[in-house]
Amino acid sequence: MEKKSFFGKLDVKTIVATALGAALFLVLFYFVKIPSPAPNTNIQIAYGITTFFGALFGPISALLVGFAGHALNDFLAGFGVWWSWVIASAVAGFFAGCAYKYCDLEHGKRPGKMFFIFNIVGQFLAWVVIAPVLDIVMYAEPMETVFVQGLVSFVIDTLSALVVGYILCVAYAATRSSSSSLDKE
Amino acid sequence: MKKTKLFSYVDKGTIIHKLSGLTKLICFLLLSFASMFTYDVRVLLILLAISLIISYIAKFPFRRYKIVFIYFLVFILFNFFLNFLLAPGYGEELFGTRHVIFVINDYFTLTWEQMFYQFAKLIKYLCIMPLGLMFFFTIDPSEFASSLNGIKVPYKACTVFALALRYFPDIQRDFTNINLAQQARGIDTSKKASLKQRIVSISKILLPLVFSTLDRVELISNAMELRGYGKAKSRTWYSYRHLVKRDHIAIAVCILIFVTVLFMRYFVVKDLFWNPFI
Amino acid sequence: MKEPIIEFKDFSFRYYAQKKPTLKHIDLTINKGEKVLIVGLSGSGKSTLGNCLNGLIPFRYEGEITGSCKIKGRETKDLSIAELSKTVGTVLQDSDGQFVGLNVGEDIAFALENDNVPLEKMRPKVKEIAKMVDMEDYLKSSPMELSGGQKQRVALAGVLIDEVEILLFDEPLANLDPATGKTAIALIDDLQKKIDSTVIIIEHRLEDVLYRHVDRIILVSDGEIILDGDPDEVLASDVLRDHGIREPLYVSAAKFAGVKITPDMHPSSIDEFSLKDEDRAKILAWAKSHMETKVKDEDILLEGRDLRFSYDGIKTIIDGISFDVKKGEMFAIIGKNGAGKSTLSKLLVGFEREDSGTIYLENRDIKDDTIYERGKEIGIVLQNPNQMICNTMIYDEVAYGLKNGGVKEEEIKERVEETLKICGLYEMRNWPISALSYGQKKRVTIASILVMRPKIIILDEPTAGQDYRHYTEIMEFLERLNDAGQTIIMITHDMHLMLEYCDRCITIVDGKIYYEGLPSKALVDEKITEKANLKMTSLYDLAKIVGMSPDDFTQSYINAERSMRHEKD
Repeated sequence: MEKKSFFGKLDVKTIVATALGAALFLVLFYFVKIPSPAPNTNIQIAYGITTFFGALFGPISALLVGFAGHALNDFLAGFGVWWSWVIASAVAGFFAGCAYKYCDLEHGKRPGKMFFIFNIVGQFLAWVVIAPVLDIVMYAEPMETVFVQGLVSFVIDTLSALVVGYILCVAYAATRSSSSSLDKE
Repeated sequence: MKKTKLFSYVDKGTIIHKLSGLTKLICFLLLSFASMFTYDVRVLLILLAISLIISYIAKFPFRRYKIVFIYFLVFILFNFFLNFLLAPGYGEELFGTRHVIFVINDYFTLTWEQMFYQFAKLIKYLCIMPLGLMFFFTIDPSEFASSLNGIKVPYKACTVFALALRYFPDIQRDFTNINLAQQARGIDTSKKASLKQRIVSISKILLPLVFSTLDRVELISNAMELRGYGKAKSRTWYSYRHLVKRDHIAIAVCILIFVTVLFMRYFVVKDLFWNPFI
Repeated sequence: MKEPIIEFKDFSFRYYAQKKPTLKHIDLTINKGEKVLIVGLSGSGKSTLGNCLNGLIPFRYEGEITGSCKIKGRETKDLSIAELSKTVGTVLQDSDGQFVGLNVGEDIAFALENDNVPLEKMRPKVKEIAKMVDMEDYLKSSPMELSGGQKQRVALAGVLIDEVEILLFDEPLANLDPATGKTAIALIDDLQKKIDSTVIIIEHRLEDVLYRHVDRIILVSDGEIILDGDPDEVLASDVLRDHGIREPLYVSAAKFAGVKITPDMHPSSIDEFSLKDEDRAKILAWAKSHMETKVKDEDILLEGRDLRFSYDGIKTIIDGISFDVKKGEMFAIIGKNGAGKSTLSKLLVGFEREDSGTIYLENRDIKDDTIYERGKEIGIVLQNPNQMICNTMIYDEVAYGLKNGGVKEEEIKERVEETLKICGLYEMRNWPISALSYGQKKRVTIASILVMRPKIIILDEPTAGQDYRHYTEIMEFLERLNDAGQTIIMITHDMHLMLEYCDRCITIVDGKIYYEGLPSKALVDEKITEKANLKMTSLYDLAKIVGMSPDDFTQSYINAERSMRHEKD
């Protein structure tokens, strides 16, 4: 078997997949909003897409899915682009993609513990470090607010990224497992 | 869900619409960064005025976006409230003085400094919002990728944006169809269902949506490769518009604004905030 | 002077992922300026053959090549996809997926963009090519605003812009309605004459391609070339039918009637098809012996009364439609893209709500039923099974709708197993769905609706993109369901399907019903076919030749076809 590059392939197929991933991210980010128990915060199913694309296509692809998907959503929503959070989405995507080298969905294997580690680390960095720090630097938000928001987002988004992302990965792996052992009963 | 006409660009023929997409992108970035780098209320008010003038020239249909504005206002007010709740003393910290309006208790004391900080923030949000909306409203989606490429983003990354915009309506339509077809089989994603139930239900919509989308990757990439995509180090763009005089003027004006803002920030006020309290 | 442009010599190809070669010892020469039709079933290797020409094989799909494949004297394996794309232009089956630009101009220009052609040269060239395919007024249109036929023109323009010498069409008719397909074939023919290129069409809808002259028909089966010859010779023999390819209707009708077809009768074109007097008499006698028609006269099950609907309040999509579906009927809703047939089906299942009018199911107004409540009475099967399947195992997928409704475990098991048996999937009940073929997946989705025991099943384009063999498989399965009493509504633009299988049809034109009645009448009436973007069947012409009324003749043909199908069972 060929050795996997850490950054994933960058061929035409991956570019197309990334674009469709971003469009999927956008559709879900924009249309599917599940209110979470925390006020004014939605569970964003879309982060499951970055997680899944990360495991399947690598960090560059997932970074672009997060970045393009989130930026286009902000344009669409009319709020103005909230760069700090867009960048955080991209970082979360990049880390989700770091699991690529350690996953083998193409050959029907479920994602292992590296999948969880990278995603949790990535989500933590994104929402508890990058987003708040950028908010403070770019928008002079007070520390307390941004870190509380960041922590809430971290908990909720990690959960949805892992649950939804894992469901997608497992289902994808299942379509790839060998079917040679099937018998009619 | 009503059929939404998203990304429906209409060329209104105004001077703003006539600018090259590249100009719009550069101006958008310059103005956004300008409003990002400052908290000087005077500067922000001027920037807000500028973006409102641009909206006016571009014949922006404010009425059609009423809901967006209301939504935005609710968001800001919530943020406003949360700000006060979590950091009522942040204004004092920033400006170094304390002018009390009224006292609730030791922690929750409303000061003019806090009000002023939150007012500045409000203006800043208001500044950023129409900029993004304007950019989005006046740029032809097919110019988006070439504009990004124009500011030296690698062309393959630009393609990601272009294709995402291209296939967004298709995927949105698929999403609607799949969602309805699953509802007909008894999936419940409404508010009646429990949180856990809703997540499980949504993943049942997600699986066919994601996998049928992945099915198209091969076809699209074949179609692109069969027409020579990816073989060269660069590419040209059919929708690109060369910069003409008005573009150069627009860019020059925006650079001027950007530089002035930075100058105010680092040489005149020498602080993020303009402080009226001392 | 014949000058070969494509030469296969003892060419074999095996995908690395497969054990056996997909193409075996292909010897084939195609000359410059020829127009060749390649026919074969799905999986026969005909698409693989096409991919060898445009370079997707071996550069995209890797595998083992033996022998030689030369284009303009050069081995393809020494070139690249990009180099080959300058000689061979490929128009893929799915013209929507192939449309990568945000508007028409951008998509036509795509190849030039990749060649770094400067804007000043690109724009006039795009205009020129758009004009060749009659799309110059649509340069700013987005793909959402175009019809299937227009998208295909854009796809064609997108390869013509490279000034290619060989045009390769991979199933160009698969997604087009009959009238548009006819125009597409005419366009290809006219273009070829204008730019003097070599044309290769891979398609299984033989009759539609033969609307214009082709030089050769090549039959591929199981990776080998079975037949390579003049269309008249090919049609005179029975080889096509033996390999699962549908012959033109007028040819099968003549063959059914016992006429011996010879190449000199010119069977490849209905206009030139010459029949001796005795043959005409034979056909007439045969048709007369199959005239009797059974009309299903049952109670009305579903009733639509004066339905009206608009998405945006401006453009009316459904404009006062009333119709009845009888119990046990196989009912077709036909019409061109955008006529409102899909929207009508959405109203029936409650995905959209009518602005006015009423839908009655067994005389009950179903306005207040939720989507799920309606889903249990009127089930819908989407065109693409991959858009419906949300479980990994067959059993779970079929059981899904019942589980959501809180049906007891034992009852679920019983009903699922019963349904799986009906659908011929019982033996595979514990398989993952990913192990199934497209047609089997389709069956799973039908089973997953059937298990809810709906009174009516609606199928959206049930046979889209299927070759004749798979098409027959799906349709015979549906016919068996129908015979067992299941009421079925089909939305389709496939004429054969409605002609051969449906009891009744409605034709929707611009949101109104234009025709309601027997399918055999719809397809021999020029006004109806024109309005609905259908095509007159060739049986119409044959009926005229033998001197019988076209709708009686068509009905006789259908009756004969059906009784033969039943004899086979």
